[in-house]
Amino acid sequence: SKTKKNLTEQIESIVFRHRKIDDDFLEELEEILITSDMGVETTMDIIEYIKTETRKRNLTDTSEIKDVIKEYLINMLEENDEDNDTENKQRVILIVGVNGVGKTTSIGKIAYRIKQSGKSVIVAAADTFRAAAVEQLKEWCLRAGVDIIASEQGSDPGSVIFDAVNAAKARKTDVLICDTAGRLHNKKNLMNELSKIFKIIDREFGEAKLDVYLVIDATTGQNGLIQAKLFSETCSINGLILTKLDGTAKGGIAFPIVNELKIPIKYIGVGEKIDDLQDFNATDFVNAIFE
Amino acid sequence: MFENLSDKLQNALQKLKGKGKLTEKDIDLAMKEVKMSLLEADVNFKVVKTFINSVKERSLGSEVMESLTPGQQVVKIVHEELVKIMGQGESKLKINSNDITYFMMCGLQGAGKTTATGKLARKLKKDGKRPLLVACDIYRPAAIKQLQVVGASVDVPVFEMGDKTNPVTIAKEAMKHAMKHGHDIVIIDTAGRLHIDDSLMEELVEIKQTVKPDEILLLLDAMTGQDAVKVAETFNQYLDITGVILTKVDGDARGGAALSIRNVVDKPIKFLSVGEKMDQLETFHPDRMASRILGMGDVLSIIEKA
Ligand SMILES: Nc1nc2c(ncn2[C@@H]2O[C@H](COP(=O)(O)OP(=O)(O)OP(=O)(O)O)[C@@H](O)[C@H]2O)c(=O)[nH]1
Ligand SMILES: Nc1nc2c(ncn2[C@@H]2O[C@H](COP(=O)(O)OP(=O)(O)OP(=O)(O)O)[C@@H](O)[C@H]2O)c(=O)[nH]1
Ligand SMILES: [Mg+2]
Ligand SMILES: [Mg+2]
Repeated sequence: SKTKKNLTEQIESIVFRHRKIDDDFLEELEEILITSDMGVETTMDIIEYIKTETRKRNLTDTSEIKDVIKEYLINMLEENDEDNDTENKQRVILIVGVNGVGKTTSIGKIAYRIKQSGKSVIVAAADTFRAAAVEQLKEWCLRAGVDIIASEQGSDPGSVIFDAVNAAKARKTDVLICDTAGRLHNKKNLMNELSKIFKIIDREFGEAKLDVYLVIDATTGQNGLIQAKLFSETCSINGLILTKLDGTAKGGIAFPIVNELKIPIKYIGVGEKIDDLQDFNATDFVNAIFE
Repeated sequence: MFENLSDKLQNALQKLKGKGKLTEKDIDLAMKEVKMSLLEADVNFKVVKTFINSVKERSLGSEVMESLTPGQQVVKIVHEELVKIMGQGESKLKINSNDITYFMMCGLQGAGKTTATGKLARKLKKDGKRPLLVACDIYRPAAIKQLQVVGASVDVPVFEMGDKTNPVTIAKEAMKHAMKHGHDIVIIDTAGRLHIDDSLMEELVEIKQTVKPDEILLLLDAMTGQDAVKVAETFNQYLDITGVILTKVDGDARGGAALSIRNVVDKPIKFLSVGEKMDQLETFHPDRMASRILGMGDVLSIIEKA
C-alpha cells in the first residue's frame, strides 16, 4: 500500500493549524524539511529565507509559504545548471560513487540513450573487483547495443581504462563511458585507485571533454554530502546522478550537495529498466517533493 | 561510524557539566543541540522527538533539579535513554538442531544482500554447517552469476534454475535439493525491491509461506536517511522480519538508521557488515554501540567527577 504522507499534505496540515507565520509554525516546518533529508543547515537556510521574505513581502498567511519554499529550492537547483551538449568533441563520462548506488545500471541507461540519439558509444568495464560486475555490465551493453571493453575480474582497472581510451581514439567513438567499482569515500587506497583512473583519462585523452558524474542513491541521508565532498576532491565531479527516486525517498540530500558544492544534477534514475532515466529538471523535481 | 555523533553529543552535554544549578532554559538549549546532532546523524525524526521529550521530562524532575550536580545527572539520563533506544544484549541466529534451517535475505536494491549471503554462509560453514545458497534474484542482470562467484569464494554450493523460473518455485525446488543433498542451512538470496512495490513484496510473502524461514533478515544500508524507518516498517509489515543486518558500516555514516530501527520496528540488529570481503561480518552488540556513540569512557568520567 502506497501510504505516504507527502510534504504538501504535511505542510497543508500545519498551515491549517497555524494561521499565522510564527515561531511555532516555523518549528513544525523545520521538522518537515528535515524528514526529507535536506539536513539541518539547508533547512535553517530555508527558514531564514522564509522569515526575510515574510517581512519583505508582508506575508501574513501561512498558505503563502509553500510557493516561497518552492521558489527558493528551484532557484538553488537551477543556479548551478549549465548546458554541456554544445561541443563537437569526443566525450568521456566517468561514473563514480559508493557501493550499490546504481552506477552500472545508470551506465546502461545512459549508453542506451546516447546510442539512440545516433552516436557511437564504448563502455569500459573498470570495476574489476566486484563479483560478476563485468557480466552485469555486459548484459547492459547488450541491451543498449553498445560495445564494451573488459578484462577479467581482478585485473588492473587502470589498464582497462587505458585500453578503452585507445579503442575510443582509434574508432573515433563519440562517447566513452567508464564504469568503476563502488568504493566508500573514506577508503584511502580505493580513492587513490580512482585518482589514478582519473589521471589516466586526463593524460591519455586530453582532447576529449571529460565529465565525472557522481551517483547518489536518493535514500542516502546526511552522509551523501561527505561522499560528494570527498569524491570531488579525488576527481573533480561536475555532475550528479540521483537514483532510486521511484522509491519513497525524495532525495532531499541533493539540496545541500548542490548548495554547498555547486555541482548540478544531470540525471535522475526512476527504476530498473533501460529507459528509467530522466534529464534533471529543477521545477519537476521540486514539484515532486511537494506533490 | 558514530565517531562524529559522539563528538557532537559530548560537546552539547559538556556545557551543562560545570553548572551548579540548571534552569529550564539551560536544559532547553542543550537539548536543542542534542536534537540537532541526532538529526545530522540521520536518526529518525520521530525517534529524536520522543527521545528529547523523555530526557527533558526527566531532567526537569526533582532527581536532577534537587541534585548538587544537575549537569552530570542530565548526562546520565541521556546515556540511559540512548541505551534504551538501542535495545540490549546480542541476538543470536535461530538455528535448528534436527532440521534444516532456512534464512531469507531481503531489502532494497543494492543494500548488500548477495554479499551478506556469502558472508553468512562462510560463517556457518566455519561452525561446521553445510550451507546451500539459493539464487532467487531472477531480475538483476548477472545476479545469479554474482551469487555463484560469491558462493565459490567461500566454497559453498549455489542452487539456481536460471532467470526464467518463478522465485517461489525456485525456493520450493531448493528445499527438495537441500534435503536430498544433506544441507543443514539454506540461505535464500532475493532480488532487491522497493517496499512500495506491492507485487514484488507479495512475491516475498509467497516465498515466506512456502519455505517458512527460521530467520527473515532485512539488509539495511547504514547510510540510509530518514526513509530507513519507513523501509523497515513496511518490510516488517509484509514479512514480520526476525532481524536486521546493517551494511556498509565501514563507511563514515553516523549511523542514525541503526538507532532508529530498534525503536520503531522492535526487531534486533543481528550483524554489521563492515566491508566487501567475505570475512567482514560482525556480531552486533547494542550496549557496546551505545557506549561507542556516547564515547562512554568520557561520559562516565564526566559523571564520576560529580
Ligand atoms: N528502484 C531502482 N533501482 C535501481 C535504480 N538504479 C539502480 N537500481 C538497482 O540498484 C541495484 C544496484 O545497482 P547497480 O547499478 O549494480 O549499482 P552500482 O553502483 O553499480 O553497484 P556496485 O558496482 O556494486 O557498487 C540494482 O538492483 C539495480 O537494479 C533506480 O533508479 N531505481
Ligand atoms: N563497503 C562495503 N560494501 C559493501 C558491504 N556490503 C555490500 N557491499 C557492496 O555493496 C554493493 C552491493 O552489494 P550486493 O550484495 O550486490 O547488494 P544486493 O542487496 O544484493 O543488491 P541487489 O541484488 O542489486 O539488490 C557491492 O558493491 C558490494 O560489494 C559492506 O558492508 N561494506
Ligand atoms: Mg557497478
Ligand atoms: Mg543481490
